[in-house]
Amino acid sequence: MITLSHYLLVSAALFSLGILGVMTRKNAVNVLMGIELILNSANINLVAFSRYSSHTIDGQMFAIFVIVVAAAEVAVALAIILTLYRILSTVNLDQADSLKR
Amino acid sequence: MILDNLQSLRFFLPELTLILAILVVILCDITFKSLRNVLNPLLTMAALVLAFYFTLQLNQAGDATLFRGMLATDSFAQFFKIFLLLAAFLVLLGSLHSEELSQVHQGEFFVLLLAVTVGMILMSNSIHLAMLYLSLELVSLTSYIMVGYLRNDRLSNEASLKYILFGAISTGSMLYGFSLLYGMTGSLSLFAIRDALLAQGVHGFNQFTILLILVLTLAGFGFKTAAVPFHFWCPDVYAGAPTPVTAFLSVAPKAAGFAILLRFFFSGLTQSVGSQWGLVSGINWPIVLIAISVLTMTLGNIAALTQNNLKRMLAYSSIAHAGYIMMGAVVLTRDGMKSMLIYMFIYLFMNLGAFHVVTIIYNSEKTFDIEDYKGMFHRAPFLSTAMGVFMLSLIGIPPFAGFLGKLYVFGAVINKGLFWFAVVGTLNAAVAAFYYMRVVKAMIIEEGNGNTAPLQISFLNQALLVALLLPNILLTIFWNPIDRWTAASVKLFGGL
Repeated sequence: MITLSHYLLVSAALFSLGILGVMTRKNAVNVLMGIELILNSANINLVAFSRYSSHTIDGQMFAIFVIVVAAAEVAVALAIILTLYRILSTVNLDQADSLKR
Repeated sequence: MILDNLQSLRFFLPELTLILAILVVILCDITFKSLRNVLNPLLTMAALVLAFYFTLQLNQAGDATLFRGMLATDSFAQFFKIFLLLAAFLVLLGSLHSEELSQVHQGEFFVLLLAVTVGMILMSNSIHLAMLYLSLELVSLTSYIMVGYLRNDRLSNEASLKYILFGAISTGSMLYGFSLLYGMTGSLSLFAIRDALLAQGVHGFNQFTILLILVLTLAGFGFKTAAVPFHFWCPDVYAGAPTPVTAFLSVAPKAAGFAILLRFFFSGLTQSVGSQWGLVSGINWPIVLIAISVLTMTLGNIAALTQNNLKRMLAYSSIAHAGYIMMGAVVLTRDGMKSMLIYMFIYLFMNLGAFHVVTIIYNSEKTFDIEDYKGMFHRAPFLSTAMGVFMLSLIGIPPFAGFLGKLYVFGAVINKGLFWFAVVGTLNAAVAAFYYMRVVKAMIIEEGNGNTAPLQISFLNQALLVALLLPNILLTIFWNPIDRWTAASVKLFGGL
């Protein structure tokens, strides 16, 4: 029997892995994948709560909007990474350090 | 009054105007190749003015929730609509004669400016978590692009990358917090959340959960308002972005962030006790905000002391100002919220003014280094005097308007009996005086490298400088209208 707690455990694990990925990865594209994990962990939460504890479909509606926004965000982020790649010829975040004084 | 979709449109005219203008400017940009450099800014300006007119028309309409409880229209929203449209208009004027932006085609810049303005207006009106998240992302996405607007500039691109990575993480954490809050209360509407929290009570394990939710959601709001510890992006992004964009980011999204913070905490996590606001038992959010406020102003001011790049220094100074503004939220009184609105309104003019001077000097000198500002008084006496006024106003020295803002904020805190908090704020203002005065000293007292050629300033830039300078001087003398206006604006829908 799968209960609400199972979903919450999966989403908490995904959220933690996402934060871990964002903190440790040096490749900008990998960091983006960590961000996707964070957003999707929230999606799992929203849909699970909507199914189990709330009697409305608000949560599922919200999750669909989040998916759309995540796609838009990745599109903008990839465009920025591409322009930076044209200038630096790398997507390594350690080398994008000219703003540090 | 709860309005459905068609009835709401009447109250949605300012936003509709801006959305229509986005389409018109895009079309104009691709069809009129020869006229577009003149038409685009004019159309954008016309749209902002028209939206401003419609906003003023709304004044008599009364309170309502629009689109089945997604947005609120109340006097609080009214204040922020006026504020944000004014900020967008001033930044638009400031960007027209900027050397940085004129290197690239500007058509998209106006579209982005309009889009971010729509986003911020929606942000300050939202009373539903989904709307709140969507509008916050609309503001974030457009401002990421604005920061990276100089395509061939390495700094601009790096700033944009940092901004989007930090922003995505912060808003992602905020979203996770929202999902937990939804699970706890079974609703996404702020009012329903408050009712659910009041009905079920917050105790035991729920108290831990709500603390977690507070920290996670504050990551999102803190990112927008550049509050410690979510401020790491701020200095780099401000230094790398084109200066007019920096000026915009330091004022408008910050104010929208505070609007949403107030809405979230005062509509969602606060109950009315008699004619006062009171905490929902078990959720002591002011403590969290006090800690963030103290950390924000202290770290911001101390970090600003050692900066040589004026844009970075102003970035840290804007972090510190976020701390001062937040002081007004923790006291849970009408005076407190009023003081925040007054502070933000004054901060608009002093900070945009300071950044406008930076833009003008960069146009001919191509430098942001404070060392290169030496002897500027001999080359541009009026500009240097104006910068002096902006700096003194930012410190909070009478008779300039910044003093009025600090007076209201500290006064609200003292009225509540939090003397130590006001002392921390005052000490911080004293520390801040060091780095602001350093700029004044470099520009007015110190001798330059012998270059005495007068600085070239376009007429538009001079006119804008005067327009930004006047409120800094006049608001302290004519403080009565702004006092009455903000006092009337402290009225949230469904609250007090």
